[in-house]
Amino acid sequence: MTDAPKRTPLYDLHVELGGKMVDFAGWEMPVQYPMGIMGEHKQCREKAALFDVSHMGQVILRGENVGEKLETLCPQAYAGLKEGKARYGFFTNENGGIMDDLIVSNAGDHYFVVVNAALRHQDIPHMQANLDGVEVTEIFDRALVAVQGPKAEDVVGELCPAARELKFMETTVAEIDGAECRISRLGYTGEDGYEISIPEADAIRISKLFLAHDDCEPAGLGARDSLRLEAGLCLYGNDIDQSTSPIEASLSWAIQKRRKEEGGFPGAARIQKELAEGPAKKLVGIKPEGRAPARQGVEVQSEGGDTLGTITSGSFGPTVGGPVAMGYVAADHAAPGTKVNLIIRGKAQPAEITALPFVTQNYKR
Amino acid sequence: MATYFSEDHEWITVEGDTATLGITKHAADQLGEVVFVEQREAGDEFEKGGEIGVIESVKAASEIYAPLDGEVIEVNETLADNPAALNESPEGDAWIYKIKISDASQLDDLMDLDGYKALIG
Repeated sequence: MTDAPKRTPLYDLHVELGGKMVDFAGWEMPVQYPMGIMGEHKQCREKAALFDVSHMGQVILRGENVGEKLETLCPQAYAGLKEGKARYGFFTNENGGIMDDLIVSNAGDHYFVVVNAALRHQDIPHMQANLDGVEVTEIFDRALVAVQGPKAEDVVGELCPAARELKFMETTVAEIDGAECRISRLGYTGEDGYEISIPEADAIRISKLFLAHDDCEPAGLGARDSLRLEAGLCLYGNDIDQSTSPIEASLSWAIQKRRKEEGGFPGAARIQKELAEGPAKKLVGIKPEGRAPARQGVEVQSEGGDTLGTITSGSFGPTVGGPVAMGYVAADHAAPGTKVNLIIRGKAQPAEITALPFVTQNYKR
Repeated sequence: MATYFSEDHEWITVEGDTATLGITKHAADQLGEVVFVEQREAGDEFEKGGEIGVIESVKAASEIYAPLDGEVIEVNETLADNPAALNESPEGDAWIYKIKISDASQLDDLMDLDGYKALIG
């Protein structure tokens, strides 16, 4: 893509707050603010942090039986998704790989879908072509702001009491300072919190109201990445892609029982086979024993020197206080506690397969 | 004693045929919070332009390139336990190596402080 990077409705606020702007998936986004990735990460784990996630695609689906129709593209049980509930899911392809991951909410008279920034151009036509009789409308005039952390309920609830009533994976529409917002209690940091869809003209004003709270500071994409990695959450393009199945990616929890049994989604043959027989490789947590971070692309070997797989996400985990990684390994080496070696700059570094997440998820159930 | 700067954002302070080497404050600020430093060992020889270590921040790994030919004579061991010192005092306590310079004429290819300030704007 040679187009100039796009700007979200919060761009001027990022600049005002001293955000270090980078091109991410065609969007000019803050990777960090003056506090730094480490501080912003801890801010989110200990208090609350505000992230701009407006680069993600917000989509409205209207029509008859939208939930049933989504089940032809996704292995999730969206037909039974109750009004006011949100559910994580993914589009699968005919080979059982993952086309993108997404959040679907039943908003009553419509469905609200959020997809990854880099895949808007794929997902919107995919839904338009395959959801018969469903009107698929991409929203361009609303920001999406995430307020995440143990104090998020106070930060958002002081301006919008209705937010306090929501439980994890619930969504509602409520006014914040006179603007009609969609507030969903979910996120991608492993912490309690909200994602809030705000009319673009109100986005900076309302974000500043959140930031005026003593416990809320802005955080960028750098902290978002280290937070989701510690929380064991997959990043599309790193940990999951068109070739990896949800079963390999340890996402079978996100496929509801009825769909596992009935199938009827793209790639069901492979996914049901892997459910029954186990996948050849599995996405696992990997904890390097030393201090050297193991980055994406690092080879994972058995103690005997056989290739087992590859690191797909790796960084320093500020809350863990050391390096953390995720990657695929052969299924017979995927048990927590298995000792492996990571080949970092030509040298074998000891590491251990661990259960995910690295940091306990802290959701309001 | 004179201090020189490289285009790869290192400083070296020369005393006779030995020198102390580190990264500049500008480089440290660009890297962000340092979480790991991989260093060579005393006795390792290196050539100008060769990789002589790696600095990892939360976000990414960056190589350290040798500004001239030489040999490591001392490693700042404190960085292993306290890599964050590279953010706090990159041009002071958080030096990376003491080195022996093989060819002093290579110093002519490096910048003085004014030249370096012009480079980083």
